[in-house]
Amino acid sequence: MSTIPDHLRYSAEHEWVAVSDGIARIGITEYAAEQLGDIVYAELPSEGDSVTAGEPCGELESTKSVSDLFSPVSGEVVAVNDAVKDSPETVNSDPYGEGWLFTVRVDGDPDDLLDSDAYAALIKEGE
Amino acid sequence: MGTDIRRTPLHDVHERLGAKFTDFAGWQMPLRYTGDVAEHTAVRTGAGLFDLTHMGEILLSGPQAGQALDYALVGNASAIGVGRARYTMICDDSGGILDDLIVYRTGEQDYLVVANASNAALVAGELIDRAEDFDTEVRDASTEYALIALQGPRSVGLLAPLTPTDLSTVKYYASYPTTVAGRPALLARTGYTGEDGFELFVAPDDAEAVWAAVAGAGDVLPCGLSCRDSLRLEAGMPLYGNELSTDLTPYAAGLGRVVKLDKPSDFVGRAALQKASAETPARKLVGLVSEGRRAPRHGYPVVDPADGARIGEITSGAPSPTLGHAIAMAYVDADRAVPGSALAVDIRGTITPVDVVELPFYRRSS
Repeated sequence: MSTIPDHLRYSAEHEWVAVSDGIARIGITEYAAEQLGDIVYAELPSEGDSVTAGEPCGELESTKSVSDLFSPVSGEVVAVNDAVKDSPETVNSDPYGEGWLFTVRVDGDPDDLLDSDAYAALIKEGE
Repeated sequence: MGTDIRRTPLHDVHERLGAKFTDFAGWQMPLRYTGDVAEHTAVRTGAGLFDLTHMGEILLSGPQAGQALDYALVGNASAIGVGRARYTMICDDSGGILDDLIVYRTGEQDYLVVANASNAALVAGELIDRAEDFDTEVRDASTEYALIALQGPRSVGLLAPLTPTDLSTVKYYASYPTTVAGRPALLARTGYTGEDGFELFVAPDDAEAVWAAVAGAGDVLPCGLSCRDSLRLEAGMPLYGNELSTDLTPYAAGLGRVVKLDKPSDFVGRAALQKASAETPARKLVGLVSEGRRAPRHGYPVVDPADGARIGEITSGAPSPTLGHAIAMAYVDADRAVPGSALAVDIRGTITPVDVVELPFYRRSS
């Protein structure tokens, strides 16, 4: 069973979101990383890009497959985790920590995100 | 498939090892245990252990077993020496590929045909039909075997202490009835990873004991189907459903050498294949390499870099763990299939330059 930390919120596309002081930090869940397999390439948005909730903003490629990366929130990209570009395997080894992907300046609290229980139910449904 | 999904006799072992499973051709098979890249690298540099029990095994025995296979397949089975094995194909009347196979001649009058999991029942049915007029018994023996593969440069050293057979005398593409860990096994020096290695056909009841003995023999990593796919792709080996299909003849797939038009007997598909052998296929199978790690995938269009015209299609592609860049196989228009040609692939809307190269992408040092 994948880890689903209680303090984060989640999108149906398997991103996690942590909002603090108007900045949303975003990554993909351990479940998503396991589904993809070893991630060997990450194409991330750039600083200053505008991203829209539910729209693709990059992609994650493993030996086995490729998956669009969706932004779970709307706003301007403030920072990108360049370390992940150099070492994409960090997304597999530490998806909620060092494997974070980018941060977005958000206006207020993002809507339509799931809590950990709702996300757990969602992935259980998909299995 | 639903509740009919089949499990191999090693299923409990895979669960204990923490395998992530995938449904494949009606079987629940291990996709990966630790990670795709670690498993892939283990096979290239050390040793990896696979459960391939989902493959089909069909036995032919009797005075005309060889002739029956000569008629049923495109290869010359009766010319295989006892103990040796061949890569071959079974085609339909129009020369289309029904499956690619390994045929082991296990005795003067005995053959073991190994078919892909997805085609096992079809191949067994075809062989039974095609052998009807020959003095041979054909039996789908798939449930009578578990198949365990040990692959990688360290395979010989790991397996040697477990079998009385002197592995230094075991030839590539040959099989030996022997024991492994005290259990009866047909030990074959075959595989589909591009590395040296062995395939062990054992009774389902012996599978756990043999697996445990091999896994405990030293530094050997259990490996899933995911890395098997990246290994065979690097080795330029075709996969049924990707590079091979009923729409293609062996010639169109660049594997015309497996068709033995000079064998004395008639065989299914002969007339069509004779004709195909004299024609230039419209498209040829090629290897493509890209500088980047963003890989062309199955079904992506190959295009002319000058005008974007569609000139082919990707059959398999992945970031190569061994080479560090993207590799792919594709069918492209014959006049563009020359190694060194600069082509492009539409990777989800981005036109990405690729070069045509000779296959395989990776060849082990011998």
